[in-house]
Amino acid sequence: MTTTLPPIAPLSSRSRLARFIPSSRYTSVLVTLVLLVAMFGVGSARYRGFASGQVVMNLFIDNAFLIVLAVGMTFVILTGGIDLSVGAVVALSTMMAASLLRDGWNPAAVIVVVLVATSGLGLLVGLVIHYFDIQPFIATLAAMFLARGLCYVISLDSISITNPFFVSLAQTRIPLADRLSITPSVIIAVVVVAIAFVVLHFTRTGRTVYAIGDGGQSAHLMGLPVVRTKVLVYVISGFCSGIAGILFSLYTLSGYSLTAVGMELDAIAAVVIGGTLLTGGYGFVLGSLLGVLVLGVIQTIISFEGTLSSWWTRIVVGGLLLLFIILQRLLTARQR
Amino acid sequence: MTTQQAVASRAVRSRLFWPVITLVALFALNVIVSPSFLSIRVHDGHLFGSIIDILRNGSPTLLVALGMTLVIATRGIDLSVGAVVAISGALACSIIAGSPDPGSVNTVLVAIGVALAFSLILGVWNGLLVSVFGIQPIIATLILMTAGRGIAMLITEGQIITVSSPAYKVIGGGYWLGLPASIIIAGAMFLIVGLLTRRTALGMLIESVGINPTASRLAGVRARSITWTVYVFSAFCAGVAGIMISSNVTAADANNAGLWIEMDAILAVVIGGTSLMGGRYSLTGTLVGAFIIQTLTTTVYTVGIAPEITLVFKALVVIAVCLLQSPAMQERLRKRRATTTTTAKAAA
Repeated sequence: MTTTLPPIAPLSSRSRLARFIPSSRYTSVLVTLVLLVAMFGVGSARYRGFASGQVVMNLFIDNAFLIVLAVGMTFVILTGGIDLSVGAVVALSTMMAASLLRDGWNPAAVIVVVLVATSGLGLLVGLVIHYFDIQPFIATLAAMFLARGLCYVISLDSISITNPFFVSLAQTRIPLADRLSITPSVIIAVVVVAIAFVVLHFTRTGRTVYAIGDGGQSAHLMGLPVVRTKVLVYVISGFCSGIAGILFSLYTLSGYSLTAVGMELDAIAAVVIGGTLLTGGYGFVLGSLLGVLVLGVIQTIISFEGTLSSWWTRIVVGGLLLLFIILQRLLTARQR
Repeated sequence: MTTQQAVASRAVRSRLFWPVITLVALFALNVIVSPSFLSIRVHDGHLFGSIIDILRNGSPTLLVALGMTLVIATRGIDLSVGAVVAISGALACSIIAGSPDPGSVNTVLVAIGVALAFSLILGVWNGLLVSVFGIQPIIATLILMTAGRGIAMLITEGQIITVSSPAYKVIGGGYWLGLPASIIIAGAMFLIVGLLTRRTALGMLIESVGINPTASRLAGVRARSITWTVYVFSAFCAGVAGIMISSNVTAADANNAGLWIEMDAILAVVIGGTSLMGGRYSLTGTLVGAFIIQTLTTTVYTVGIAPEITLVFKALVVIAVCLLQSPAMQERLRKRRATTTTTAKAAA
């Protein structure tokens, strides 16, 4: 594994304490993995039927869109930015898809139009951030307002999707083994994660993403295409939001302006819980996948518990977020 | 240069110039659409009119923006205000609804006291994460933003709590001295903050922390306490706004109370000319900014566009203001101004 990873800044002056930690590069991802296994173990011990393969598969089925969203967010956060517009862009994608399908468009054309539009919005955001030197937070906030507003421009009401191709895609179950099945969405999500993994760890673009997060100035001096990559991560995030939006419209078979409110927070939380440093330059896309699964397990446990109300999810996610942010502070403090 | 020209050029350079022009333009648009826009009537000794409505509906935003201004002045940001609004309203309403005598002034005072005290605790929490643990403000307040609505839901048990307490209704919907009480509350808080920060050194100290916390600490400024205080104050303002909103609609809705208010508040601050990079702020600017946002919302109603589309207008305003404020654009404008002055001199 070690050979496949990009050269992250060498840990030259490690303190005596840090020597006892095997490889601090993986520590936070390992913590996430341990947490995931532990939570799943607790769930299996407490509830009958929890430790089944289909429960695991359902984690993927119910969170396919969030996985894709978290992948895009990982790229942005690795460069030290943030994208607050993803939830609104997901809603916009579902609205665009639903309204175009209602007008009798070809499903393939709809998907292409949605992806081009969301990538275009990402490009616009990236250009504004770079050329006007506006904080990513504010630029993506404006994009969020814009996308939500455009949803309402398309329609104030929910539009249901009745297109035969979309409906059949939504109902398809791909059998894996005995009483185990997944949806096409899961395959798309897994493919997106795989592509992101390859791009981040085996290509020049991936190295540049990490280098920008470590410090844009030095990356620039190294002759890396900083500007292009900085803009590119927002295009990637927009593109991923578009895919997530299509997956979400398959999941709900409708388009609605108020869907995915707060989904950007879930995506950011998944990335942070997955061990990616919010200041950039450090983290793994597979960690973000684990982060989404952790959020999924929390939800599953709460639904198995039955007596717990669903709003506990938000409180637990907030608590986990705090835990991981403090953990990251400790780990980075130790490295320096 | 004559005095008139000097005054004119100073006005144009003022950071408040464009915000005020925007506001005047919005007013003009409203007057064209509905000529009675500027008229204020007296009815039963109370003032009525579109302007009064704008001021009243904008009061919670102004309050939240007031706290946000000081937070942004220290180069921070507080994303959790919407959640604090929801929690504070939920607490106050659930106490009033749960008491045997919802109408009594004592119950209302206790409810307000508890809601504000809890808001202060939430502010202390945010401040602790930012100033002691040194977590980036966006992230630190993101935690409460995520968890906060869950806490508010827990308080209301997932229900919308309605209260029927005339004493509580006064805060958001009542009148004092002929003016809506919420305007008086927001105005009083604005004046107090203005006096405290501009008549004492406090404002300057906040700005110095925003410019460089380490340098100001070395210069003897208690940077950590100041940072901590602004987050506590921001949560307090959000708490008051939460009470005001829930009192106005006589209900606490954990899901929707204060939704997007953090965005509106940040927008008001930015429109008002306070830089997100910290280090300088303008309370008057924030006042004008909050006023612009509320007028924009009202304008969308009066012009007859679907109210939901307000978001598009807000987005366009944020983008325009940010682009105008951006260093790149400022540089370009300065260059143009420089060339025009040189050509003017050459011509003379």
